[in-house]
Amino acid sequence: MTPSSEYNFAYLDEQTKRMIRRAILKGLAIPGYQVPFASREMPMPYGWGTGGVQVSAAVLTPDDRFKVIDQGADDTTNAVSIRTFFERTAGVATTTATPEATVIQTRHRIPEVPLTEGQILVYQVPIPEPLRFLEPRESETRKMHSLEEYGLMHVKLYEDISRHGHIATSYAYPVKVEARYVMDPSPIPKFDNPKLGDCPAIQLFGAGREQRIYALPPYTKVVSLDFEDHPFEATKADHPCGLCGANDSYLDEVIVDDAGGRMFVCSDTDYCEGRQSDGHRGKDAA
Amino acid sequence: MIDLSNVSKTFTLHNQGSAVIEVLNDVSLTVSSGECVALTGASGAGKSTLMRMIYGNYRAQSGAIRVGGVDLVQSEPREIIQIRREVLGYVSQFLRVVPRVPTLDVVAEPLRAVGVGSDEARTRAKELLAQLNIPERLWSLSPTTFSGGEQQRVNIARGFAHPYPAMLLDEPTASLDAANREVVLSLIEEAKARGAAIIGIFHDEAARTRVCDREIDVSRFTPGMSSSSEAIGQYNESAA
Amino acid sequence: MTPLLSVHDITKRYGAHIGCADVSFDLYPGEVMGIVGESGSGKSTLLNCMAGHLRPDAGSVVFDTRGHGPRDTVTMSEPERRMLSRTDWAFVHQHARDGLRMGVSAGGNVGERLMAVGARHYGEIRSKAVDWLDRVEIDAGRVDDRPTTFSGGMQQRLQIARNLVTGPRLVFMDEPTGGLDVSVQARLLDLLRGLVRDMGLSAIIVTHDLAVVRLLADRLMVMKDGHVVENGLTDQVLDDPQHAYTQLLVSSVLQV
Repeated sequence: MTPSSEYNFAYLDEQTKRMIRRAILKGLAIPGYQVPFASREMPMPYGWGTGGVQVSAAVLTPDDRFKVIDQGADDTTNAVSIRTFFERTAGVATTTATPEATVIQTRHRIPEVPLTEGQILVYQVPIPEPLRFLEPRESETRKMHSLEEYGLMHVKLYEDISRHGHIATSYAYPVKVEARYVMDPSPIPKFDNPKLGDCPAIQLFGAGREQRIYALPPYTKVVSLDFEDHPFEATKADHPCGLCGANDSYLDEVIVDDAGGRMFVCSDTDYCEGRQSDGHRGKDAA
Repeated sequence: MIDLSNVSKTFTLHNQGSAVIEVLNDVSLTVSSGECVALTGASGAGKSTLMRMIYGNYRAQSGAIRVGGVDLVQSEPREIIQIRREVLGYVSQFLRVVPRVPTLDVVAEPLRAVGVGSDEARTRAKELLAQLNIPERLWSLSPTTFSGGEQQRVNIARGFAHPYPAMLLDEPTASLDAANREVVLSLIEEAKARGAAIIGIFHDEAARTRVCDREIDVSRFTPGMSSSSEAIGQYNESAA
Repeated sequence: MTPLLSVHDITKRYGAHIGCADVSFDLYPGEVMGIVGESGSGKSTLLNCMAGHLRPDAGSVVFDTRGHGPRDTVTMSEPERRMLSRTDWAFVHQHARDGLRMGVSAGGNVGERLMAVGARHYGEIRSKAVDWLDRVEIDAGRVDDRPTTFSGGMQQRLQIARNLVTGPRLVFMDEPTGGLDVSVQARLLDLLRGLVRDMGLSAIIVTHDLAVVRLLADRLMVMKDGHVVENGLTDQVLDDPQHAYTQLLVSSVLQV
C-alpha cells in the first residue's frame, strides 16, 4: 500500500509531533516522571492505544521498521489495525520480528528477545498514575510525587498480602525509577518487570485519555517495590510452551475444548514461531 | 505548707447587671505540716469558696496563696496541675469520674498520675477500698451507679491514695456510718502523723474535735455576711 | 522548659471576615489544651492554622522539633511540614471518614504512617498494627476488615490508632467525640485520657462540648468572634468564669 498524500507523515501535523517530542524529551530527562501533554483526538477509541499511537507517530521516521504487538501477539485486531494505520499514513516498513524492528508499539508485554541499543519500545498506558488506586485527588498525587511520599504505594501491596497471603498484584506492578519516581509500567505482567531496568532500548509510555507521557532512557535503574519479608518475584505459569517447548517465556493459557482441556503457549508469537522454525517442539505441537 | 496572705474574692455576674459580690476579704492564714485546721462559720460564710480558692479552682482577686512555697494566684495552669498532682490533694463532696471506668482504676489514678506502676497503684487502691468497706464485687464496676455513701467512700479512697503533703477535705465524714466514719478519721490521723498539712470543713463536731488542732471562723473574712455568696456557690457547683 | 508549641499572634481573615485574630499561647510537653466556643467562633480555623492545613495571614507557630529545636512551621518548607504531620503530629478528625482510608483494611490504615516513614517489613508492620488495635480496644480479628464494616466509635478509635502509631508528640483533635453516642463518647474519652497519660502526649482539642474538655483538658481557651476571651486552668474557667461570654456559655449547659 502506498502512503496517502492526504495525510501528513504519520498522520499527526508537525506542530503536534513537535509538542509530543518535547514531552518525550522531558520524560527522558526525568525518568519516571509523568509529563502532561495535549493529547489529540485519534481515529480510534480511547483504550485502543491512542497514547501509544501518538508517541509512535512522533518518533517514527521514514527509515524506521515498525512492529506492533498486543499482549505479545502481532496478529490480533488491535496490533494489525495500528500497524496498517502507520503503513498507510507514514509508509514505513513493518515487521513482526523483534530484532529487525526499530520502533515497537506494545500493549501489555515486553518482547522475549532482549531489546538492543537503537530500538524504541512504545507502551500503551491506560492509567499512568500508580497512586490513583488509593488516592483519587490528582492535586494530592502530584504533591506526593514531588515530595517523594510513597508510603501509600506500599499500603496497596500490604493490602494484597493481608488479603491473599502474598503480593497478588500480577500486572501493572509498581516500580521505582532511579530511586526517585514511582511509576506504573502499564499493565505488563510482573514477569516482564525485570526487563524494564538496565534496558539498552529507549522505553516510552503514552497515555492518551489521561494525557501523560513518561519514559525510561536506556540503562535506567528500575526496582520493583516489595517488602523485606515478601520480596518481589517475577512469576509465570509453571509450564513449558505447548508449541515451542520454551521454559523461559511468559505463557497464555488457552482453553481448547468444552471439556476443560487447556494448553499453555508463548504470549510472544514472534518468539514462539522463531523457536518452532528452529526445530523446537512442545507437547501440544501438531 | 499552706500559707494565705491578704486574699480576697469577688464574683462579678456579667449577665446579671454586672453585679459585684464580695465574698471574702483579706484572708490570711497559715497551716503547717502535721497540722489539721478546721474552717468554721455559718452556712454561706465562704468556707467552700475559700477551700476552692486554695485548690486553684476559684480565682483570687488579690493576695497570695502559697502551697509548698508556690503562689497559686500567680501560677500557670501547668504549675497548678503539677501542685495538684504531687502536693495538694482535695476530697470534695462530689465524685466526678469518667463514666464506665472501673472503681479500682478511679482510685488508682492519682498514683498512676505521679508515675506509680499499674500493679502497685492497683494494690494500694485495693487496700483502701477494702479498708473503706467497699465490697470487692463492686471494684470492677463504675462508681457512677453507686449509692451516695459508696460514692463518698470511693472519693475518699481516691483522695488518700497518694500521700499528699497538703490536703483539703470538704465534709469527709458526711453521710458515713459509724464504722466508716472511724476509718476516715484514722486515715486523717495517719496523714497528719506522716506530716500532711490539712484544712477541712467538718460539720461533724465530734470529728472536728478529734482530728483538728485549731479552728478558723471564716465569717470574720466575710464582708457583711450576705447570703448571696451561697447562691453563687450553688450556681457554680451545678456546673461542676 | 521549652514550650512544645508556641503560637504568636495568629490571624486569619476570610476577606473582610475575621477567622481568628491575634491568638497567642504556649503549650508545654504533656499539656492538654481545650479550645471551646460556639460555631463560627474561629476555633477550627485556629486549629487548622496550627496544624498546617491553613496558612495564617500573620503570626507564627513555633514547634520544638526533635532534630532542629524550635522552628516556625508557617514558614518552613512544605515537605518539612508534611513530614512533621506524619511523624511528630497527629490530627484526629471529627468524621472518621476524613481521617481514614475507607477502602483499606484496618491494618493497612494503621500501617500507612509506618510505611510512610520507611517501614518495609510486612510482618513487623502487621504486628504493630495488631498491637495498636488492641490498645484502642479493637479485636485483633478485625485487622483485615475495612473500616466501612466498623461502628462509628470503632472507626474513631481506629483513626486514633492510625494517628498514634508513629509516636507523635502533639495531637490535634477536632471534635473527636462529635457525632458519637454518649456511651461511646465516654469510652473514647477514657481511652484518650489513658493514651495521653501513658504516652506523655500534648494535645489541642477543639470542641463545643464542655464536658469533654472538663475530662480531658488541663487548660482551656474560650473563643468568641475570632478572639480569645478567656484562658486558664480548665476547672477554674468553668467553675469561676471571669468573662461575660464564658459565664453565659457555662450557664447555658443543660443539667442532667
